[in-house]
Amino acid sequence: MLFFIIKRIFLLFLTVICLSFIVFTLVTIEPNLKKMALNQANMRMEEAAVQSWLDKNGYKRPLLVQYGEWLGNAVQGDFGYSTHFRKPVNEVLWPKLGHTGILMFWVLIITIPIALVIGVLSGMREGTKTDRTLSIFSIITTSVPQYVSGILFTILLSSWLGLFKGVAKAGNITFENFALPVLTMVMYDIGYIARMTRASMVEVMGSQYIRTARLKGMPFMAVVLKHALRNALIAPFTVIMLQFPWLLTGVVIVEKLFNYKGFGSLLVSAADQNDIDVTLACGVVAVVLVLTTQLISDIGYVFLNPRIRFS
Amino acid sequence: MESISTFEIWLTFFKQLWPVWLALAITFTAIYQWRARLGVLGRIFDSPVGIVGLLIVLFWVFSAIFADIIVLFDSLEQSGLYRRKPPGTMNVARGIPYIFGTDTLGRDLFSRMIYGSQIVLLIAPAASLVAYVVGITLGLPAGYIGGKFDTVLSFLANLVLAFPVILLFYLLVAPGIRETILPNIMAGVFFIFPILFALMVVYSRFAERLRVLIPSSIIILAIGAWLYSGLVFNADPLGIVAIDPGELNIFAAVVFTTSPGVFRIVRGLTMDIRTRDYVAAAVTRGENPLFVMIWEILPNARGPLIVDSCLRIGYVTILLGTLGFFGLGMEPESPDWGSMINQTRSYIRLVPTIVLPATLALASFVLGLNLLADGLREQSLKD
Repeated sequence: MLFFIIKRIFLLFLTVICLSFIVFTLVTIEPNLKKMALNQANMRMEEAAVQSWLDKNGYKRPLLVQYGEWLGNAVQGDFGYSTHFRKPVNEVLWPKLGHTGILMFWVLIITIPIALVIGVLSGMREGTKTDRTLSIFSIITTSVPQYVSGILFTILLSSWLGLFKGVAKAGNITFENFALPVLTMVMYDIGYIARMTRASMVEVMGSQYIRTARLKGMPFMAVVLKHALRNALIAPFTVIMLQFPWLLTGVVIVEKLFNYKGFGSLLVSAADQNDIDVTLACGVVAVVLVLTTQLISDIGYVFLNPRIRFS
Repeated sequence: MESISTFEIWLTFFKQLWPVWLALAITFTAIYQWRARLGVLGRIFDSPVGIVGLLIVLFWVFSAIFADIIVLFDSLEQSGLYRRKPPGTMNVARGIPYIFGTDTLGRDLFSRMIYGSQIVLLIAPAASLVAYVVGITLGLPAGYIGGKFDTVLSFLANLVLAFPVILLFYLLVAPGIRETILPNIMAGVFFIFPILFALMVVYSRFAERLRVLIPSSIIILAIGAWLYSGLVFNADPLGIVAIDPGELNIFAAVVFTTSPGVFRIVRGLTMDIRTRDYVAAAVTRGENPLFVMIWEILPNARGPLIVDSCLRIGYVTILLGTLGFFGLGMEPESPDWGSMINQTRSYIRLVPTIVLPATLALASFVLGLNLLADGLREQSLKD
């Protein structure tokens, strides 16, 4: 077990290095740097002046040297300087990440119980009316991406009924202005987790030990709660964790849609405004978050599933 | 401002779409007639969910095919007089109604929605197809041979899958990237796979019959080189195949984000099917590994792959919409659904119906694909 975790952590570091190098390479391509030079120094610079500005600021050195320098600083917690906010990246990034954390917390706290209940209820008795209705509901929710459902919810609940606000203000959360972004994300994520839970539940319900439990005269609900649930929830656990890249993409869409100033909108504005250090930091933070959740998912899977743990 | 009633709006809508209704009727009768011979597709009639899915998907396919007959206005025709008009407003000068209203430049939303289906239904299936070929060409050997080859490829696939898609898009579909040769390199790598795959198919079948192998390989290479020169270098000697650099960029980025998922599925299926008896029989017969992979394993993996391809096309449609929503890649005046959503969503307080054509079109197409996939899965499980 310990060896497994150490191996996984080693792989995690290798992946972070690879991915951050890819992000670094793509962010610091020549056209981006030129645009930054023009923004930073003087809009009407000649080509030669741009080149000398880049040379002076060290962007002409070999890529690996630049990356090494950036990595060295990043490891010590220094992510550079934001050219747009005119502040160190650390002062911008972490508060915004906090705002997004609150959003994600509410999304997960609402999504997971609902999705699990839907999945278990429809997988419990495969092929019944409840199963079909709930399955179609989950298919519909996974078919409507956030940028569609978010807009439709805004029209319906905000413009028409006037229940919620169409704009969410970060740092000043009320039910009124926070409900729509959360609702939008929850709707899209419910379907996927519910379908995974259903598939896993169907598989467990068809297994030998469930039949044995039923045959010895145990009531159906007791079988479901005591025997089936425990085994059926292992797969959804990993799915929820592996959902993280999707969740991050959803966050970016929803934050843009509802103008919520969190991590997602920071990433978008940094990429739009060519704010190189912020884009880099956002990219790396996103990648580290995703990989950490994958690691937790892997370890959790081994921990929850004794068949793997003891083999 | 003169306008027509809700009933007349829907009447015009149904009248304009007559080629679609006709084609749907013909196709469904044909499928129903020959359902016994069509395998899983024929058995779709046993699943109500599957029928609805197929109906929606074919609706959009035919809308894309007959777009030029269906539309009322040109997708770019602007009118300063009719900006952000509600559904049913009459264009008095032309005598034609804007049945779904107009956008902020006075362009007809109905016609743009129909033209948008042409873009979406061309790029999404094409990108999924290329992603599939890439995933199959790499996934089959990774699952069959395993070892170092598998370790390296799986690591690379996980690397791509660990990226949040949106971050990749901002890195790969930026205007700055288009000034470099990176999109062409990516497209160049991906478009090699179809040629490679076709050669593999031919070689595995005719390895001992050189009289068939050599001419067919030459034909594949010639067609491949022709398409390749047009798509990757935009220098088709015949001038037929051409692709807009922005679309190439989108295409490459979508294939890049989609193919690792396909790779993982194909690899998993191959590892499962590899242990079957008929594979062992083929190996004992002395077939070469390429033959076993392409002619024994791949056909037996088709069920899950067909279901997954439906879901995958829907997912790619959502990705394209995401790109449009963020204003990445597509031309600003492009009528694809994502861009339409992006252009109209600021005006929902003034005219709530302005976003409906594009949003409902996108959601219904994806829903159709997902329902179809569900119906197919249900039917293929009965085997």
